[in-house]
Amino acid sequence: MSRKFATGGAPHFPPHTSVAGVMQQLLLALAPGIVAYIWFFGPGILIQILLAVTFALGFEALMLTARKQPIRLFLGDWSAVVTAVLFALCVPPLAPWWIALIGMLFAIVLAKHLYGGLGQNLFNPAMVGYVVVLISFPQVMALWLPPSSIASHSLSIGETLTTIFSGSLPAPLSWDAISEATPLDAIRASLAAGNMVSEARLSPVFGDFGGLGWEWIANFYALGGLWLLWRRVISWHVPVMMIGSVAVLGLVSYLADPGSNPVPLQHIFSGALVLGAFFIATDPVTGCVSNRGRLIFGAGVGVLTLLIRRWGGYPDGVAFAVLLMNMAAPLIDRYTRPRISGQ
Amino acid sequence: MRNERLEQARNAGQHLHHFHGGLRLRHNKKISCELPLEQVPLPPRFYVPLLQHSGQEAKATVVTGEKVLKGDRIGYLGEAGRGCIHAPTSGTVKALARRPISHPSGMNGLCVVIEPDGLDQWKELHPITDWRKADPSLLRQRIRESGIVGLGGAVFPTAVKVDEASERGIHTLILNGVECEPYISCDEMLMREQPDSIILGARILQRAVGADRTVIAIEDQMGAVSSALKESVTRSGASDIEIVKVATIYPEGGEKQLIQVLTGLEVPSGGRPSDLGLLCQNVATATAVARAIAEGKPLIERIVTVTGSGISRPRNLVARIGVPIENLVDQCGGYTKDAARLILGGAMMGYALGSDGNPVIKAANCVLVLTEFDIRTPQPEMPCIRCGECARVCPALLLPQQLHWQISNQQWDDAGEYGLTDCIECGCCDFVCPSHIPLVEWFRFGKAEISSIASERAQAGVARQKYEAREARLTREKAERRRRMEEKKHALRDDAQRKKKIAEAISRARSRQDEEK
Repeated sequence: MSRKFATGGAPHFPPHTSVAGVMQQLLLALAPGIVAYIWFFGPGILIQILLAVTFALGFEALMLTARKQPIRLFLGDWSAVVTAVLFALCVPPLAPWWIALIGMLFAIVLAKHLYGGLGQNLFNPAMVGYVVVLISFPQVMALWLPPSSIASHSLSIGETLTTIFSGSLPAPLSWDAISEATPLDAIRASLAAGNMVSEARLSPVFGDFGGLGWEWIANFYALGGLWLLWRRVISWHVPVMMIGSVAVLGLVSYLADPGSNPVPLQHIFSGALVLGAFFIATDPVTGCVSNRGRLIFGAGVGVLTLLIRRWGGYPDGVAFAVLLMNMAAPLIDRYTRPRISGQ
Repeated sequence: MRNERLEQARNAGQHLHHFHGGLRLRHNKKISCELPLEQVPLPPRFYVPLLQHSGQEAKATVVTGEKVLKGDRIGYLGEAGRGCIHAPTSGTVKALARRPISHPSGMNGLCVVIEPDGLDQWKELHPITDWRKADPSLLRQRIRESGIVGLGGAVFPTAVKVDEASERGIHTLILNGVECEPYISCDEMLMREQPDSIILGARILQRAVGADRTVIAIEDQMGAVSSALKESVTRSGASDIEIVKVATIYPEGGEKQLIQVLTGLEVPSGGRPSDLGLLCQNVATATAVARAIAEGKPLIERIVTVTGSGISRPRNLVARIGVPIENLVDQCGGYTKDAARLILGGAMMGYALGSDGNPVIKAANCVLVLTEFDIRTPQPEMPCIRCGECARVCPALLLPQQLHWQISNQQWDDAGEYGLTDCIECGCCDFVCPSHIPLVEWFRFGKAEISSIASERAQAGVARQKYEAREARLTREKAERRRRMEEKKHALRDDAQRKKKIAEAISRARSRQDEEK
């Protein structure tokens, strides 16, 4: 008597990757950088991450319901969490709670779901959210803390929570006393005042190459990024070209005019460059598909970042550069199609 | 251009090259290689499908109640080299019935149902013993009549390839012993146990198509195979047969990939190996050719790997075409208690069968039975996140995610331009996709759509040509009629003038006569 079997499609192997798996690896790779962040700048960032993740999942669930999509399946893909964490890593650790709310509203609702949800968005959601709050609330977004080693007062968890949820510092403290310009702001302000880069670097916020503390966080981001490369979650093309183009262009401008241009290493270790190179510009959905396309994409983000830092209206340009290159990605893809075998 | 490539392809196998992408998979081959080959005993009934490869179903050349001998032709398509099917044993045709035919689609087809008489008596055989001196066209004729198809799994009629190769002229015969799919070991066992028939087949094929040399490609992890083949080459005294070991990367056993590894050249898109002066055949196909020529026996059996964690004693069996798969499983000690999926072919490209009552067909290189643990419950399909892993592993250098997008949006022209028809359906993209999109299923669907659109267009083209031809004919006929009418008019006018002239002449003559009077 013959036996009946249930059928199913090839390949007949258990799946060994998943979207959720990719996202979880990204988060795991961010962990060392986040730990370093807390070490240097206190627990504020942790609260920002929790806030952003909460809002992101809330908006995600809302939009999935509105779009009649399976909620558990898509909430379980961890993509909203990645968006939220990347956003949180870009905002000042003491930013009021509604920054995360507005950021995630624009990131998840507008940039992600109104474009068709996971995989369909043209722009990097985290960067859309960040740019919206950066442009809308420039003062709030400029309130950065100095590393705890040089801070006059290290905020406790209670003080941090109060600040974030009430929007103002607890009684004796004032923003003027505890906030400090970021290294990129310091250079910008110093150049605007007619000083040399070398003079600006005398400020205590600078470390060996980039900002004090920031350069170590960047190192740990890079460590996570290298792990992602090794795990083949991301390809080398974007990070190498992005950091490489900043290094080369930075070196050329430094050699041409050392007075108004920092050494290239400082560019690399400042702002969101390393984070962007490994975690933001490598977003597959909004980037290029082919390897040649990724080379161009990475170089484009690097060059635009440098141009914005030098001549733009904002101290860092990674977010803008990524969004601009997101726009160019479909065009780049069109002209960098690989040759089909045998053609 | 062709000549240049021909020359380069002559060095096939001397240096090894790479192909793009591919996967390193766990082989899982050892479990089925421990026991020697064994013949499957005669079942109570054979069910021989009349559809064994792409194209039309063959027509039965026997009727119910007819007695057949082993090797008698029972199906034929009338077309050269295609659809020749032979009786797997002697006995009686009990019926021509529509039954499952082990087709990827799961459809039923016409089967010749044969009840063996137990004598297993061959028809009268006509071996070509002097094949060394025989006319190559005679050898090709015999291949055409013997129902031989590519036994690597693609089941393309061998005669069609061989005829084309001899017409276009080739220099190198490549025998493909690179069995890159996990679990399958039928070619490895064949090469280990019957190397002489492979070498004989190689020499016959070489003569049939006029090739100068043969390269037999095997995997570097097939231990005893290389020495077995080399000893056999020495025994045969042939000096133009080489054994080449290649790295084990899936899908290296694909014809185009193997050629790229051996020659560094790509088979032109839409072209064939003969464009490079090459003919590629599976090693098992070579033994089928050897048997057809040297023994006069048509293709009625093949080696089948019966394996997987759902099989009690995995091994390789020599099974006749038409024997139900359950008989093979029984011979291997039956299923283990957690057997969950029955697959014909390998784990990458094989297809799941709904029942083990399906017969062994010429394409059946492997019967793979997996447990629930091997496959796991299918994961839900997610949207593409454009990670590009599929493009990284694609051996044809395609952009599977782009093709998927184009097919799901029915952009057929774009999909064609992006090389959908160059897809070899190896399943690498499917394997690595984190969103679990069944890409190959999409591509098969897309290819079918594109070819049906093309045939519709061709039909429309023919209709337009017919219409235009008719229009032209009508205009021509009209012009012809007008010309004829004009001619007639002229003729009439001429006639009237001539009559007038004659009348004038007559009247002149009369008047002269009158004057003379």
